[in-house]
Amino acid sequence: MEQNIYLPYRMKIVKITEEAPFVRTFRLEFINPEEGEKFTFKTGQFAEYSVFGEGESTFCIASPHTRKGYVECTFRQAGRVTTALSNLEEGDLIGFRGPYGNIFPIDQWKDKNLVFIAGGIALPPMRSVIWSCLDNRGNYKEITVFYGAKTANDLVYKHELKEWEERPDIKLYTTVDPGGETPDWKGEVGFVPAIVDKFAPTAENTIAIVCGPPVMIKNTFPVLKKLGFADENIYTTLENRMKCGFGKCGRCNVGKTYVCKDGPVFTAAQLAELPNEY
Amino acid sequence: MNTQIKILKSANYIKLLQKLFDHKKNIYGPVRQGKRIGYQKINSANELATDFIIPDMSAKSFVFPCIEKLFSFTKDKENVEIQNLNLDNIPEKIIVGIRPCDALGMKSLKAIFGRDPADSIFQTRLERTTFIGYACNQADDYCFCTSINGGPGNTEGSDILLTKTDSGDYIAEIITPKGESIVASAPELFEDGSGLDKQKYLADVPKRFDDSNLENKMKAAFDTNVFDEYAIRCIGCAACAYVCPTCACFDIQDRTKGSKGERIRTWDSCGLKLFTLHTSGHNPRETQGVRWRQRLMHKFSYMPERLEVRGCVGCGRCSRRCPVDMNIAESINIITDENII
Ligand SMILES: Cc1cc2nc3c(=O)[nH]c(=O)nc-3n(C[C@H](O)[C@H](O)[C@H](O)COP(=O)(O)OP(=O)(O)OC[C@H]3O[C@@H](n4cnc5c(N)ncnc54)[C@H](O)[C@@H]3O)c2cc1C
Ligand code: SF4
Ligand code: SF4
Ligand code: FES
Repeated sequence: MEQNIYLPYRMKIVKITEEAPFVRTFRLEFINPEEGEKFTFKTGQFAEYSVFGEGESTFCIASPHTRKGYVECTFRQAGRVTTALSNLEEGDLIGFRGPYGNIFPIDQWKDKNLVFIAGGIALPPMRSVIWSCLDNRGNYKEITVFYGAKTANDLVYKHELKEWEERPDIKLYTTVDPGGETPDWKGEVGFVPAIVDKFAPTAENTIAIVCGPPVMIKNTFPVLKKLGFADENIYTTLENRMKCGFGKCGRCNVGKTYVCKDGPVFTAAQLAELPNEY
Repeated sequence: MNTQIKILKSANYIKLLQKLFDHKKNIYGPVRQGKRIGYQKINSANELATDFIIPDMSAKSFVFPCIEKLFSFTKDKENVEIQNLNLDNIPEKIIVGIRPCDALGMKSLKAIFGRDPADSIFQTRLERTTFIGYACNQADDYCFCTSINGGPGNTEGSDILLTKTDSGDYIAEIITPKGESIVASAPELFEDGSGLDKQKYLADVPKRFDDSNLENKMKAAFDTNVFDEYAIRCIGCAACAYVCPTCACFDIQDRTKGSKGERIRTWDSCGLKLFTLHTSGHNPRETQGVRWRQRLMHKFSYMPERLEVRGCVGCGRCSRRCPVDMNIAESINIITDENII
């Protein structure tokens, strides 16, 4: 019989990490190992995660495609499904349907510098790309990460930030909004766009990847343009509300573009062509 | 296959249906329900409504039910078991009396559900449904099939199309192999009708707007205020989407009873504010005008561009049903009127 495209994989939560207030990471393993072996995805893709009886929710796959056997998601408790997810414990079972959407074309970025710019809880899609690139470090030139959150406590993946800080082959700038610093805060203070402006990464042979709340994206694009980045070399993701993930339920489109099929990854050049419906 | 033209005498049509009942076929058709005309299961040809313009609801729910189970599950503290659907359980159905517009609407639905990844639930339902259409010999002011390449005698989507002649007998066009298999179940009831012309029996449906280059005219109107202006009175109830034969938007939800549950999809609509609302409160389609624009753009620009089929067949139901008399043909007419843009 033909495949039922709505059928999720059953996944076991093998590890829960508290990242920040109301933000958690789940490491998920396939209950059926055969399904796990067949499963592949590429960095940038997303999936539908479900609590049976509560419904589905859309998150990116936050783990890199270079690591097999599990997937990770990081989510903020926001509404019905994410609250139900937050109440789960290690060992519990959830549904996982995917992967969906397009990818960050990291194979085309060979021998280029990469600048990652993330704000708030938008690090998850970026973290997948960063690790995918770090796992093939030789393919890329300089890798720089700018990451900001409201307060020091709101930064996610704190242990990994520490690891990146210590690695010689990746440059990390963390920042918190003015007033969000703790007494022992050693990073920058200021909004992400201002910090990017301050450290002015070169646009020469460089790809910029920007993920964050709309206002951060809006204010970061002009800074990148000023630094000489062409729209084609700036990547970001859109997060329109989704249900199906594969172009049928009809809610995620921006003009004729379906974020779930044609996105969620877009270049600034592609965004400029879209009507303002995101 | 080439369409074959036959004559089906009115008495023979009754006999044909009787034969199909005898073969235990599931037959659904338009039945008078008080003031409404609705599709329901019939057990005798007498139940069928005659003399009606169009059923109140389209035939879409036969292939895309209003609430549809996607799979079931049982859940306890430790475990969840998923029970997949058994598509073999989807019954075969024969729908009689579907109008040409509604049959044509199946093409739009097919384009949406059939695009990669194909929706096997929809496809199985469609495969197991046979449509015996009725050509229209009357229309009302809301009908505008002729404005969008359809027509009162359009055969696309029907397996057999019946056109009633003045004598009460039917010109039967046998359009698909499914239609042929109906004929094969009672070949003696059909007489050769080659050369017969149904045209003079069809309703006269005037053009309500000029659809040439409609896709580009819609695009040109995108940033104007025509949608906002027209949708001022829209109350966002989504009745238009529910009665529409081509609207396919849906929601996915879970419902449970004790330890048992199912994941379902339910009809939804771009006319509703919640449709695109993010949990953060941000809404990419904030106003009713923008939502009306989405409805029209989707049907007349995005679908033609992406799926090579329009998302409207001119049945007029949305306008007949709208509580505040929003009229889609009128709205398009404003957009296509060059004096306005
Ligand atoms: C491609 C993509 C990737 C995402 N990645 C992440 C991620 O990695 N981490 C994370 O925390 N959040 C992410 N989101 C946002 C996340 O989907 C919503 O916060 C979440 O669905 C809210 O669900 P809820 O049931 O708790 O909220 P409710 O308000 O109860 O949800 C109602 C419904 O609205 C939908 N919904 C509400 N807000 C959004 C939104 N912003 N985007 C999409 N659907 C929404 C959900 O489908 C849900 O069914 C992503 C969204 C998209 C589209
Ligand atoms: S157009 Fe009419 S039927 Fe459709 S949502 Fe608006 S008020 Fe309701
Ligand atoms: S949009 Fe209106 S006229 Fe067009 S097919 Fe749907 S209900 Fe009929
Ligand atoms: S999420 Fe359903 S169409 Fe994009």
